[in-house]
Amino acid sequence: MTIAGSLVRTAEGEGFVAPGPSSFDLPPAFSVGGLDVTKPMLLLVVAAVVVFWFFYAASRQRAMVPGKLQYAGESMYASVRNGLGRDIIGSKDFMPFVPYLVALFFFLLVNNWFGSIPFIQFPTFSRASMAYALAGLSWVIYNYVGIRRHGFAGYLKLQTVPGGVTGPILALIVPLEFFSNLIVRPITLALRLFANMFAGHILALLFATGGEYLLIHGAILIKPVGILAWVLAIAIAFLELLVQFLQAYVFTLLNAMYISGALAEEH
Amino acid sequence: MTGSLNMIGYGLAAVGPGIGIGLIFAAYINGVARQPEAQSRLQSIAILGFALAEALAIIGIALAFVL
Repeated sequence: MTIAGSLVRTAEGEGFVAPGPSSFDLPPAFSVGGLDVTKPMLLLVVAAVVVFWFFYAASRQRAMVPGKLQYAGESMYASVRNGLGRDIIGSKDFMPFVPYLVALFFFLLVNNWFGSIPFIQFPTFSRASMAYALAGLSWVIYNYVGIRRHGFAGYLKLQTVPGGVTGPILALIVPLEFFSNLIVRPITLALRLFANMFAGHILALLFATGGEYLLIHGAILIKPVGILAWVLAIAIAFLELLVQFLQAYVFTLLNAMYISGALAEEH
Repeated sequence: MTGSLNMIGYGLAAVGPGIGIGLIFAAYINGVARQPEAQSRLQSIAILGFALAEALAIIGIALAFVL
């Protein structure tokens, strides 16, 4: 509790309710046959439609001399294809995964930026279940391609036995690697995305609602602090834009690395 | 004065990843300064390291709310 906060409290007699995890429990927007549809569910669909529409519109003409839209679409596609696909997975195997990586990156980017777009302002992946679903998809994909490439036993050996390790230390390493590579991986992948979006949104909420509280309930000298809090809220929104981009990038980067790790030859 | 001690704990826990991320980017900047043409290679490594170090802080904030 800051000094300003306690001053406000003594002046007013009622406390400021800080935003917490319950701020994310939105009431359902509408129900379809007993199924409650909430805002994040709607945003998920909107993001998928936006990404599909953008790339469909950009690739519809396919002119030899690209127009503005086609150029934008192609350079965005190429940045993921080359920067994440080719450089990480390697030029031999990367092509089958490019559609997944491109779709994943832009889907995440749009969903994350929903957290900073005015009037939407809810990052979809601040609901943990959404992030777990995407991480589960990634888990299925990298295990599937690994098993298809190396066979079940070979893949298990690749993921759990690091090269150059022999002798009794294996008894220690193998369970650890198994745990880390096959069990904890999707959980940290999901938690990283979820908690970043969650923390960013809570920060924005805190500055916005705290500023409002100071402005309305604060003593006369405290009121300007509320304005300052709002200015900081705007600054944080811009910082969040960067974080949201970075998280979409990191999620896709890690996906590419897991796939590349599953496809790697024996080391 | 009321509040949750969890948040103080989380503040302390965030020091570690903070230092770690600082070290990662210091090394990245050093590397690029010495060899600018390696930037594209170093960038993905730096961001990967940043994400892994940051995960500790992130797990911390999740636990601070949960516990």
